[in-house]
Amino acid sequence: MPKAVIEFEKPIVELEQKIDEMRQYSERLDISGEIKILEEKVEELRKAIYNGLTRWQKVQLARHPDRPYTLDYINTIMTDFVELHGDRCVRDDKAIVGGFARLEREIVMVIGHQKGRDTKSNLYRNFGMPNPEGYRKALRLMKLAAKFGKPIITMLDTPGAFPGLEAEERGQAESIARNLFEMSHLPVPIIVVIIGEGASGGALGIGVGDRILMMENTWYSVISPESCSSILWRSWDFKEQAAEALKLTAPDLLAQGIIDRIVPEPLGGAHRDPVQGAEILKGILLEELKKLRKVRIHKLIEKRIEKFGKMGEWEE
Amino acid sequence: MAWFRRSKASIETVPQRKETPDGMWSKCDGCGEIIHRKQLELQFFTCIKCNYHFRIGSKEYLTILVDEGSFKEMDRKMRSTDMLDFKDTKQYRDRIKDSIRKTGLNDAVRTGLGKINGIEVVVGAMDFSFIGGSMGSVVGEKVARAIDKARKSKRPLIIVSSSGGARMMEGALSLMQLAKTSARLAQLSDAEIPYISVMTDPTTGGVTASYAMLGDINIAEPGALIGFAGPRVIKQTIGKDLPEGFQRAEFQLEHGFVDMVVHRKEMKETITKLLRLIWE
Repeated sequence: MPKAVIEFEKPIVELEQKIDEMRQYSERLDISGEIKILEEKVEELRKAIYNGLTRWQKVQLARHPDRPYTLDYINTIMTDFVELHGDRCVRDDKAIVGGFARLEREIVMVIGHQKGRDTKSNLYRNFGMPNPEGYRKALRLMKLAAKFGKPIITMLDTPGAFPGLEAEERGQAESIARNLFEMSHLPVPIIVVIIGEGASGGALGIGVGDRILMMENTWYSVISPESCSSILWRSWDFKEQAAEALKLTAPDLLAQGIIDRIVPEPLGGAHRDPVQGAEILKGILLEELKKLRKVRIHKLIEKRIEKFGKMGEWEE
Repeated sequence: MAWFRRSKASIETVPQRKETPDGMWSKCDGCGEIIHRKQLELQFFTCIKCNYHFRIGSKEYLTILVDEGSFKEMDRKMRSTDMLDFKDTKQYRDRIKDSIRKTGLNDAVRTGLGKINGIEVVVGAMDFSFIGGSMGSVVGEKVARAIDKARKSKRPLIIVSSSGGARMMEGALSLMQLAKTSARLAQLSDAEIPYISVMTDPTTGGVTASYAMLGDINIAEPGALIGFAGPRVIKQTIGKDLPEGFQRAEFQLEHGFVDMVVHRKEMKETITKLLRLIWE
């Protein structure tokens, strides 16, 4: 049973609760027929609701408090994870985690944004909003991976780079720009997965790679719908319209030629069955890694630069 | 009833203030000084009293930077399309049309070949007047092509930035221009060709988080606002007033993100000096 429920999930959750209650009675009464009918009904309802989500509702799903985060995926699909800390300059940024790990027989460097589950852990993780030292730690780890010839997997899930005073003093913009620059010609395969929120430069700062995957119920754009609403509509009330206008869901980004592949999630979102969700991702990661392994490094870099070079639309 | 009554209007009301001939006089945003356009031009669009640097367009900047008659513009006709069919309070394609009409520009950056004191370079300058100098597909692509041109023709690259960041109306495609331009700069760097970035007021958001901060040498104009997040957002986040001079060019120099702060009237000579040291 999910702890947190979004408005549009309510009818489903209510029905599920009813079924649970009936099961308790079913020890004394034979109501298995009724239960079966209700189960079919809830399945239909799920399909109807989740297949008809608006863009804003998908944004809400991407932010679902029960959604798996980077460390959940690492712990579910990888082994021997050794977390490495610090940028060797200022401190260890808790909003980005990373380290070597095994994915089946592959040894990879895995790096991702990390959010917290409750107030305390969210404060510890700064709500998944990195400071410059987070991006610099990520770059240090990526260079380490390149040194030892290990492929890199990055997981994106951030409401944005932290807009703080000290972040500016320490060069938030420079740290992101440097990562884009360095990641574009790093001599190892890089796979990027958007696992939750992909908010602007804060997400892209660890998001340059050879394959860009996006989980089904996530968003990725130049700005969050709320901020977009506040700037263009001069009010916070147009987030739904902003989400529609920004075209920020996985199918949108596939159509725009920005991502390569959508990673399917269990019906209702990755949080409904985190293990199944992680297993699907694992299968796809292994498949993509195998393909990238076959490409020679200089060709890989050339293709990576070309890939981003093609993005955009104009007339002349 | 009033016992006093003005028999006739003794004070003439001026029906309309006489306008100064269009654009002849400008008021300095720094100190309020009124300066004549001719004088302003002679002063490289800076205030004689307080050194305030006026925001200027690409045309003016290139006149300051590039040898007379040497500039050959590239990709002049490139225009944005409303690929997402984006509508806020206004449809994006109308916004583009209006901006083109108002500014006489096709988008927010002008790029081309030119000479700086005889040194052949590839040069670009941004226009803040075109949708806040925002970077969408056109800016990204033009900058990327300018970088390619510099690499292939082995000329140093100079880009003068002035931008509010990535253009929202092109969604994630705008964001990808950060990666596109940075990746091309990595190629340029691997080819050992110098890139000088000049940051003018304001340079924020996605442009700062990509090519503006990636110069082999970063130069800023005095007082220019340079940063990632805008000051208003930061103020909201921390719930306190921001310190004096926060995110200004001098602040960036102090924190190590620009090599120097250079007055606009010395920009051309400074770039020439640098290029002669590292390139010629």
